[in-house]
Amino acid sequence: MDAAFLTGQVFNGFSVASIYILAALGLALSFGLMRVINMAHGEILMVGSYLAYLTILFIPGPLGIFAAMLVAFIGAGLLGAGLEAALVSKLTARPLDTLLATWGVSLILQQGARDVFGATGVSVTAPAWLDGAITIGALPLPAARLFIMAVAVAVLGGLALFLRMTRVGLLVRAVNQDRATASAMGVNVRQVDAFIFGLGAGVAGIGGVVLALLGPVTPNVGQSYIVTAFLVVVLGGLGSMIGTTIAAVMIGLVMALAQIFVDVSFAQVLTLLFVVLFLQFRPQGVIAIRSRALDAE
Amino acid sequence: MTDLINLRSVSAAYGKGQVLWDVALDMKAGEAATVLGRNGVGKTTLMKTIMGQLPVSGGYIYVNGEEVTAMGAYQRARAGIGFVPQGRHVFPHLTVSENLEVGLAALARKGFKGPRKVPDMVFDLFPKLTQIANRKAGVLSGGEQQQLAIGRALAGQPSLLLLDEPTEGIQPNIVQQIEDALLRVRTELGVAILIVEQNLDFAWSFAERYFVMQRGRIVKQGKTAEDSAADIAKLVHV
Ligand SMILES: Nc1ncnc2c1ncn2[C@@H]1O[C@H](COP(=O)(O)OP(=O)(O)OP(=O)(O)O)[C@@H](O)[C@H]1O
Ligand SMILES: [Mg+2]
Repeated sequence: MDAAFLTGQVFNGFSVASIYILAALGLALSFGLMRVINMAHGEILMVGSYLAYLTILFIPGPLGIFAAMLVAFIGAGLLGAGLEAALVSKLTARPLDTLLATWGVSLILQQGARDVFGATGVSVTAPAWLDGAITIGALPLPAARLFIMAVAVAVLGGLALFLRMTRVGLLVRAVNQDRATASAMGVNVRQVDAFIFGLGAGVAGIGGVVLALLGPVTPNVGQSYIVTAFLVVVLGGLGSMIGTTIAAVMIGLVMALAQIFVDVSFAQVLTLLFVVLFLQFRPQGVIAIRSRALDAE
Repeated sequence: MTDLINLRSVSAAYGKGQVLWDVALDMKAGEAATVLGRNGVGKTTLMKTIMGQLPVSGGYIYVNGEEVTAMGAYQRARAGIGFVPQGRHVFPHLTVSENLEVGLAALARKGFKGPRKVPDMVFDLFPKLTQIANRKAGVLSGGEQQQLAIGRALAGQPSLLLLDEPTEGIQPNIVQQIEDALLRVRTELGVAILIVEQNLDFAWSFAERYFVMQRGRIVKQGKTAEDSAADIAKLVHV
């Protein structure tokens, strides 16, 4: 095993981690704030992928991919906000019901995609500038994967800036730290919930666009990433943005490095084992978020 | 004149355990009243119920004649109720100025025209807050946190301020500052104050009316000028 191969796998690890970040951030944000688990999150990813497919049909050319990200962010965001308003907000403090209801939504969305686009899957033609590779030293780095990493970094940076610098971001942080008190200060916490749910879904939509660059878009495309995304959220400490990012990188690296020795499915088993062992030693996850009062608003 | 706040036979419960029984309480604009009672009688529960953090299980609550029983805490904050909770509950990972800024959320009320900024009065009452504006609230001393919690509630320009044991566990020289500040809030801002206070001497000199609670009920109320603090002390400490 030579150094170039190893470096290549580490690079792959980071690029896989980027996808997990985009897939897991929305889950982590809404779990951190509302303690809800959205089983339809994978399908929001899938909707983002199909929106990318449609957008690039209409806007081909080098910039189509950026248009696709914008469309997917808005489309998936609206879908998420709608889901929150119609379902999740009606089931607060009933976590099991939320789980089942969103699972139902995920099945509906999958079947819907099958009816509209067929079961076989469609391909998104990536713009030409994403086809090549950039060679650093002796190592060719695929442009598409570099692009994915850049998108993840941009999304993380954008979210961090938004939470730090804007008034809405301030209210989100306040609700996250002490929901009941934020409410007593005049913050409409339900509105903040809906907003964060929508924002997280929008990020997942961008994740869907990125997925579409790597392989065919099928009605099940979200399923293949969502389980790992849940693992990332748990490992990250249930809700912290930094924790989620670190956890995604850890899982991406374990997955990629394991694949040096074993095949993909066994690498997944090893990854799960890694998470289980890690949580044995650090049950609170990478970053422990303070326990938040769950009492009435 | 309509009451600023009016509770009619309010009861409240945590799950199945009822804590407030048939509570009636009213206050007029600009008044100061104190809620007295030993540990565990339901004083905090009463404050949370008025604020709307805890839903009533029976009865009605009115603010300025408008029924707010079904409203959430944020709507009551916007209706003019400011809250300084027991244990202060500052946002630990936000800075002092960010904490104050969250308090401005209550200004999203009908007909509010003024600037959406923390009133200068807050820094005038608590000059310390200016010096520590950029520090995280979680690392402050108890006294500093208490000043911040009061400042944060005042940022929303309330017409009624609820204070739940604002001097609990705070060193004596800061207690004096807080008491002075509360007097100024009454006299200079005309804000009505409902305060839960263990220090009977201060409560008695500060408030013009009192409510004594025992086991979730208001068992006696009256005017501090007409009754003797010593008699009430016996009632509080039974
Ligand atoms: N979150 C809760 N869940 C269940 N029971 C509670 C809760 N909070 C308070 N109680 C109970 O309600 C009763 C009244 O509590 P409350 O905190 O209102 O008393 P208090 O008069 O404020 O006491 P203190 O002087 O110690 O602050 C107590 O018996 C308490 O055990
Ligand atoms: Mg109390």
